[in-house]
Amino acid sequence: MRPAEERIHDFKEVSLGFTKEEAVLEASRCVLCGACIKGCPVGIDIPGFIKAVQEEDFQKGIHIIKEYNLLPAICGRVCPQESQCEAECVLGKKGKAINIGALERFLADHYTDQKLPDIRETGRRAAVVGSGPGGLTAAFELRRAGFRVTVYEALHELGGVLKYGIPGFRLPDEVIDREIETLKEMGVGFLTSFLIGKTLTIDELLQENDAVLIATGAGLPGYLGIPGENGIGVLLANELLTRVNLMKAGRFPEYDTPVILGEHVVVIGGGNVAMDAARVSRRLGAEVTICYRREEKDMPARREEMEHAKEEGIDFKTLTNPVEILLDDNGRVKGMRVEKMKVTGVADDGRSRIAPTGEIFEIKTDMVVEAIGQSPNKIIRENVQGLDFDKKGRMIVDENLMTTKDKVWAAGDIVSGAATVILAMGEAKKAARAIVEKCGG
Amino acid sequence: MIFMRNTILSKEKLSEDVCSFIVEHPEIASHYEPGQFVIVRIHEKGERIPLTIVDADARRGTIRLVVQAVGLTSRLMNELNQGDRLLDLLGPLGEPFHLPQNAEKVLFVGGGLGIAPLYPKVKDFKYESHVILGAKDARHLILQKEMSAAAGRLELCTDDGSLGRKGFVTDCMDMLFSQGEIYDACVAIGPLVMMKAVVEKNRAKGLPTFVSLNPIMVDGTGMCGGCRFEYDGEVKFACVDGPVFDGFKVNFHDLLVRSRQYEKHECRALSHYQERQHK
Repeated sequence: MRPAEERIHDFKEVSLGFTKEEAVLEASRCVLCGACIKGCPVGIDIPGFIKAVQEEDFQKGIHIIKEYNLLPAICGRVCPQESQCEAECVLGKKGKAINIGALERFLADHYTDQKLPDIRETGRRAAVVGSGPGGLTAAFELRRAGFRVTVYEALHELGGVLKYGIPGFRLPDEVIDREIETLKEMGVGFLTSFLIGKTLTIDELLQENDAVLIATGAGLPGYLGIPGENGIGVLLANELLTRVNLMKAGRFPEYDTPVILGEHVVVIGGGNVAMDAARVSRRLGAEVTICYRREEKDMPARREEMEHAKEEGIDFKTLTNPVEILLDDNGRVKGMRVEKMKVTGVADDGRSRIAPTGEIFEIKTDMVVEAIGQSPNKIIRENVQGLDFDKKGRMIVDENLMTTKDKVWAAGDIVSGAATVILAMGEAKKAARAIVEKCGG
Repeated sequence: MIFMRNTILSKEKLSEDVCSFIVEHPEIASHYEPGQFVIVRIHEKGERIPLTIVDADARRGTIRLVVQAVGLTSRLMNELNQGDRLLDLLGPLGEPFHLPQNAEKVLFVGGGLGIAPLYPKVKDFKYESHVILGAKDARHLILQKEMSAAAGRLELCTDDGSLGRKGFVTDCMDMLFSQGEIYDACVAIGPLVMMKAVVEKNRAKGLPTFVSLNPIMVDGTGMCGGCRFEYDGEVKFACVDGPVFDGFKVNFHDLLVRSRQYEKHECRALSHYQERQHK
């Protein structure tokens, strides 16, 4: 782990990862009970790969993971392990759970499963829409099953949310590019700056393909709907993150894209995107406050990111709900009015139930970043005939992730709403297998 | 011919700082509908900027873009030549715009660079079109020849009087209205202040007015929310909800404020670029 005072000045990775000795030592604590498997959305044989680490057979370890998960270098870094596999760890009941994420990352970083899968061409073709975690996973599965696969990406870079959303200090670009390179070596085709629904239609893709898989993610930011929201210095987190992560605005004017930066940034929200926005702002030189309407225990962010954010000097204001963003005569942010909330009980999902107290106060700030959630992007919804969506804009699919349109499947956040990388990957794999089965491999 | 995608097939200088490009991109050309735009990136460290598609030729697989050198990227783009490739070209973006079915006599108002995206709308309009074009001076009034061939009636004005009437497009509107001209709809494309003035004039007359917005964007696909503004009491994203809107419902104050967000950065980017040029 790099010290906080050093890392707040750059965008390099925060966690350095295990050395071989550390990995073997951590693995040796494991009793190989297998309780963790049920916490993993893709059911990785975790004791299997930990045993391999214990025996220092690292090549075998990475091989076991890759049977279940194509992108372990990514998942080892961004999965919310503490609420998945590590939450089930028996050692965690009394002491410290095994650091499964770090072990996964260790294997993925240091040992690549060199051998590309043997591919028996079937002559079938598939189009994958979106190059985020879901799209990449589906492309791998379909290619491995002998399909000719083309991945279409709307942005100019591949990786989707892994590139534009998650900052480099959590997930370096090189890690993503390495995985994409493997897919290219396998023969997967990629087309960037292709927005399906606009540049080409799904129906056109169907003319050339046996199946289409839509994995376009969430990609439509929510906003609070409070006065002052369109002022100068109010950004939705996606804009801040895209400018900094994808367009490298932190290096303006060497890079052409700038980003607005306040001296004191207030980030609204308690999820991973809020943590990322806060820590990005900190690295750009701002004092940062995270403002969340419930209690800290209710924040959906990864615990590790919350701890890192605190170490980096980010202030957490909980039970605080924004009411109005105050603007000066030029339309620039000069402060925020917030209302103190109180806990009134426990909601069904285990989070605090809250209510307003009527106590309003002002926070002095010159920039506000809203990170209050995402819903599926509407471009597919509004440009494709024959697909059904629910009220929240999510695509309706059957148990095999097939949509209401013939030969079209969907996976990831477009189906589940804003969820996690690993869930998107799990679904994408399932959808890809359903496609292989339906098309006869 | 896929390998030709993004290539500049021809370039024409329309005025001192305005260039017209014909760019190859068969998919954008064949899916384009009036009102839509593209996002362009010029070089590896470059920004993404929106440009209105001025025209498309589906058969040839080309689109036409008209660029005024104002910021860094538009300057860099105007330095490109025939045979060069745009690094990234994404589109067609935004919702198509069609005039109401019953519009038989339409007033088109174009200011500055807004004249370029207005042109195909005038050209494609089958009924009676009256066109007002305005610019700061004669040298900046583009596409005059094409417009005069396409328009039923053409009025020109410049701020300094070097071409047409001396004054603003709204002065020309007053003149047409005072001559008893009555229109079914108005389309106004140009600087925000011009569109605002046109909308205010037409609001009083109840003349439906459509404006095409071109705010700061990053992805252009509804993902970042940078182009949001207030419309009829709600938040809209110009990139996916527009870019053409009912002018009466647009909060121009919001747009004017937001258009100045990056003023300082734009100056800094330009001076940084000029320093590099000198070295």
